[in-house]
Amino acid sequence: MGDLIDLVLLAMLAITALQMIFLKDLFAVVMLFGIYSFLSALIFINLDAVDVAFTEASVGAGISTVLMLGTLALTGRKEKKSSHSSILPLLVVCITGAALIYGTLDMPPFGHPNNPIHEHVAPRYIEESPKEIGLPNMVTSVLASYRGFDTLGETVVVFAALIGVLALLGVRRQEENDVPESGFKAHHVLHVVARFFIPLIILFALYVQFHGDFGPGGGFQAGVIAAAAFILYTLVFGLSRAFAVVGPKFLQALASIGVLLYASVGFFSMYKGGQFLDYSKLATDPIVGQHYGIIIIELGVGITVFAVMLSIFYAFGSQAERSNIQ
Amino acid sequence: MLEQHLATLPILLPLIAAPITLLLGRSLFLWIFATAISALACYFSWQLLAAALTESVLSYAVGGWPAPWGIELRVDAANAFVLLAVSALSTLVLIYSKDSIEKEIDSSKHTLYYTAHLLCLAGLSGILLTGDAFNLFVFLEISSLATYTLVSLGSDRRCLTAAFRYLVMGTIGATFILIGVGMLYMNTGTLNMLDLANRIDIYESNRTINTGLAFIMVGVSIKLALFPLHMWLPAAYTHAPSAVTAFLASTATKVAFYVMIRFIFTIFGWNYVFEEMGMDLILMVLAIVAIFKCSYMATVQSNVKTVLAYSSVAQIGYMILGVSLVSVTGLMSGLIHIFNHALMKGALFMAVGAVFYRVGSVDINAFKGLGKQMPLTMAAFTIAGLSIIGVPLTVGFVSKWYLVTAALEQQHWVVAALVLAGSLLAVVYIGRVIEAAYFQKPPASRDSNQVKEAPWLMLAPMWALVLANIYFGIDTSLTTEAARSASEWLFQTSAIAAASSVEVSQ
Repeated sequence: MGDLIDLVLLAMLAITALQMIFLKDLFAVVMLFGIYSFLSALIFINLDAVDVAFTEASVGAGISTVLMLGTLALTGRKEKKSSHSSILPLLVVCITGAALIYGTLDMPPFGHPNNPIHEHVAPRYIEESPKEIGLPNMVTSVLASYRGFDTLGETVVVFAALIGVLALLGVRRQEENDVPESGFKAHHVLHVVARFFIPLIILFALYVQFHGDFGPGGGFQAGVIAAAAFILYTLVFGLSRAFAVVGPKFLQALASIGVLLYASVGFFSMYKGGQFLDYSKLATDPIVGQHYGIIIIELGVGITVFAVMLSIFYAFGSQAERSNIQ
Repeated sequence: MLEQHLATLPILLPLIAAPITLLLGRSLFLWIFATAISALACYFSWQLLAAALTESVLSYAVGGWPAPWGIELRVDAANAFVLLAVSALSTLVLIYSKDSIEKEIDSSKHTLYYTAHLLCLAGLSGILLTGDAFNLFVFLEISSLATYTLVSLGSDRRCLTAAFRYLVMGTIGATFILIGVGMLYMNTGTLNMLDLANRIDIYESNRTINTGLAFIMVGVSIKLALFPLHMWLPAAYTHAPSAVTAFLASTATKVAFYVMIRFIFTIFGWNYVFEEMGMDLILMVLAIVAIFKCSYMATVQSNVKTVLAYSSVAQIGYMILGVSLVSVTGLMSGLIHIFNHALMKGALFMAVGAVFYRVGSVDINAFKGLGKQMPLTMAAFTIAGLSIIGVPLTVGFVSKWYLVTAALEQQHWVVAALVLAGSLLAVVYIGRVIEAAYFQKPPASRDSNQVKEAPWLMLAPMWALVLANIYFGIDTSLTTEAARSASEWLFQTSAIAAASSVEVSQ
């Protein structure tokens, strides 16, 4: 049954991808991207990788779609005709595809329990992590503790993305006061619904943030969901009112603080005589120390991801507002 | 306490300094702060190299988890040597950039420049020091994103197209590396480099691992701009701000070259890559074509930054050629050339940036008559240019010497002759600029009172590099010792990994 579901989902994935290539309407392409991510998330669920599925759904289908729509607001929704010949790219794609298929020939059998990935490092994660780290969710143990340095790196990647967007677009507030108010002022239904939903979304984000130790979730997903709540607010009530709630400068500082919070846990464990990011040294009981460490670094991740996502949206939004005025 | 954590410091210092610079946001203090951090990182990498040369390997388990469960930082002579070059160049470029970016980058973006520079340094240091294949990918992402940002900071609108092209090519490269690492993980169940090396050897002609190798090699080749995957490089180097070009040209592609060496020698083993897969021949052909095609392209450009960019692709050809000879001396010449090329290209791009600072153009016509008007800058350009050509008493000669020796050791007479012939093309493209500067009159339109010597904060790091070009060209003990022990070490680890896997399989 599982295989059948996989096959159907993969077929739908392929159809969506092909459709994206041939469509000229970029708005539809962005929507298909969202669908593509949701389909991938479903495949991950079928593979029992719920944490990955959750991330894919919130990041891939959720925030990326919103940010791509934000880009379309700046660029226009029709694909321009390319003047380049497409023969060489087609050739490259075919060779790459053939190489990938060739690479699957000696792949370990799908889902077999004796595969190398199940036999080498994984047994320790599965058997020892409840004793060494004490979290029910092993994915969080691996992500935040065993491979915490990678996660610090990923957080910095998100931060680097912010630097890139700021360098290209910047966030400048309108000086003139006669700027036409953006947002949907006259849509009372939207206002009421948004007011009702935004607190719930934020509450859910907090739940995901602090429940990551026990179930799927954690800083990345929580940050994205919290950012979604504020993006909804911005869309409905306009950029200037959103700036009054959280200003762009404050957000940039927040993005830095998240990274610094994460790193400071590492430095504190160095100070306590451990290696960098050795949470066991944070408290007298190593398990308690691991717990403290993971909660704080997840918070750092959440803060940075939230601040960066919202900042990027602000950058798109203020750019679009500026070009509307001109 | 610092002793114990030495291996982490060159990564962590710039990594946390980057968000702090964004918080600070005041220009003069920022410049001092960023330079000081980079200088500290350089000091610690110096210490690391000294430690690596005496103790041969330093291992640091991040988070206190032993490899392969946790992430390991692993310092040996090879990466400590490259790290020293990268952090030293970063410091000199930061000193240089105070005046340079004043002219080339909008003042509202200065904070972002320093943040992106520090992020890039942190990423490059992470790539160099990590002993974990996936961790390498993470740091590759940090440095790449920072690099795209740096390129896009130029005041010229064309830098945006250049940055976008670089972004697309770079992302494809990174994705290929990720696919390759994924294939390795699928077959071995580990990400630690040494562990990977031990477990890959058990397989004989596994098609998935072969494909993984192919993807990694192509991905890394895009990153290091190996011909014919170099198309992103000339545009990016031409339109980026001068300080950025000086930094990237002397570090980014070199670190990618190091990644290639790491994958070939430490993870896959040179026996497998060269003897079974026959990659040495492919690399040698591509390297030779790169040397000639791109040196020729350099001779016909009118923008001096483009000339030097094409020259960089050709120089990467020399490094790859050294590796493709599959000998200790060949690899050593590649490693020495990482260091030496950083010295000469850094100086050359700084000189060109100084010309832009005063004249406002880097077209070859703008160089006319500058020999008199900016004597120190043009003297620096000339000496570094001679180094690129490979004149004795400069570092360029040392690199070429070992490369030719390595070729002759294996009776590759043709290769040795081609290396020397390649130098002649360098005479042409460097000579054109020098001829314009010293033997032609300045254009009448230029106000000769306006054009004077560059500010000393630009001259000082430039001349530091020029003097290093001469110093390391005469006293070669440090560079050759470090490169030789690195190269011997890399061949050794390959052999050790192969031997231990034989034990496992028996």
